[in-house]
Amino acid sequence: MAHPTTTAATPHTPAAAPDAAIVATGLLSAHGRRPVLRNLDLRLGAGETLALLGANGTGKSTLLGLLAGLRSPHGGALRVLGCDLPDERWALRGRVGFVAHQPLLYRDLTIAENLAYHARLHELPPSRVDEVIELAQLGDRRDQPVGDLSRGLVQRSAVARALLSDPALLLLDEPLANLDPVASDLVAALIAPRPGRTRVLASHDPVGSLAEADHVLVLGPNATVKYVGPAAGITPADAEAMYR
Amino acid sequence: MRGLRITWAVLRKDLLLERRSFELLPAMALLAIGTMVVLKFSFDQDEISGSLAAGGLIVPLLFAALLGISRLFAGEERDAGIHQFLLSPAPPGAILAAKVAGLALVLAALEVVLVPAFGLLLLGPSLFPVLPQVVLVLILLDLTLATVGGLVAGMALGTRSRELIVPIMVVPLTIPALIAAQKALAPVLAPGADPLVWRWPAVLAIYAVVLALVGSVVGEYLVED
Repeated sequence: MAHPTTTAATPHTPAAAPDAAIVATGLLSAHGRRPVLRNLDLRLGAGETLALLGANGTGKSTLLGLLAGLRSPHGGALRVLGCDLPDERWALRGRVGFVAHQPLLYRDLTIAENLAYHARLHELPPSRVDEVIELAQLGDRRDQPVGDLSRGLVQRSAVARALLSDPALLLLDEPLANLDPVASDLVAALIAPRPGRTRVLASHDPVGSLAEADHVLVLGPNATVKYVGPAAGITPADAEAMYR
Repeated sequence: MRGLRITWAVLRKDLLLERRSFELLPAMALLAIGTMVVLKFSFDQDEISGSLAAGGLIVPLLFAALLGISRLFAGEERDAGIHQFLLSPAPPGAILAAKVAGLALVLAALEVVLVPAFGLLLLGPSLFPVLPQVVLVLILLDLTLATVGGLVAGMALGTRSRELIVPIMVVPLTIPALIAAQKALAPVLAPGADPLVWRWPAVLAIYAVVLALVGSVVGEYLVED
């Protein structure tokens, strides 16, 4: 392991380079009085992938919420796609695709109705909805209410929603959860790295996520950072050991 | 124009959800008519008119509106639709505008049932000759209740005590509108039906405009924060 840490100290100092998609400096977030993230320093270049690892309750979803502009940090500085958060979150809107724990879909609307609504919010043409439904291979289910779908199909629909606006930043919280192997391959291809797409991938699968990551952040209990640095500096076995 | 397009998109989605679930309108109607029945027996009179009649129409409407306001963002909270909205480039105030318009429409739909029920259950004098004046006052009252409701529901969004905040804030904020509606309706619903005193509908209209202006200024901050 090249850069293991058990404190908030980081191996490199973030710098707001023009091509940085995410720059966090001394980031602090708390739930009530309990800090969830403390003095987190992080830098991710545009087009890179960050694997976000850590046991349950270590703040992965909180960090994703901060990066999406849905939560406000309690301290430190956070710059995402050139926008200082929370002050400039209006400028971040529409540029982030988020696959969260919740699918962010109305369960009483069909897949097509949900995506059409989302397309209207993004002012996208209706043809984009058909395109994404086809990409996610949801054509035969498009008129089924989301509440009637299996968890795997809901997850695929959520991925389709996140990709609808072709966002510059993809925040993926367990994107392959509840998927069968075939659907898992399909979704993995849809969210795969590509030029101009920055990704933050929260997962409990160190092998899979490290394989496609440029950088790794392993969060520990009590708002500690167990590792932050290049993916080459950590093995899946090291990452797994940090869960214990 | 963009704001209007987004407002229409949210309103269309809300109306589709309500049409599909058909939960809110029947619940509001049941509460309002139930309140009217209780009032009928409380007044201990076969028929009422004037001030008492105005109250007999406004109080059930207020209770139903409180129910509607407390459920205004329920769908957004249940399915995290507010996050979906905040991730989009849509202007944040548009969701509030859509909720206000949606609540005003639901209240108007409720009155299609409520006003005839009021005429049958409570009112002594005939309702038909004064129906246009009653409808005008109710439209203005709906707009005021919906605007206050949208603002308060937006403020209570994401708070744990939403059910407490809504009635505590909505009732005081709507008192000027409720008094104006009462004053406007009382002479119209009196035996012999005096003409509408335009001062009170004007007060209602001005209050609705002031609230709409406040909403247009603070709306986006309520939704964002």
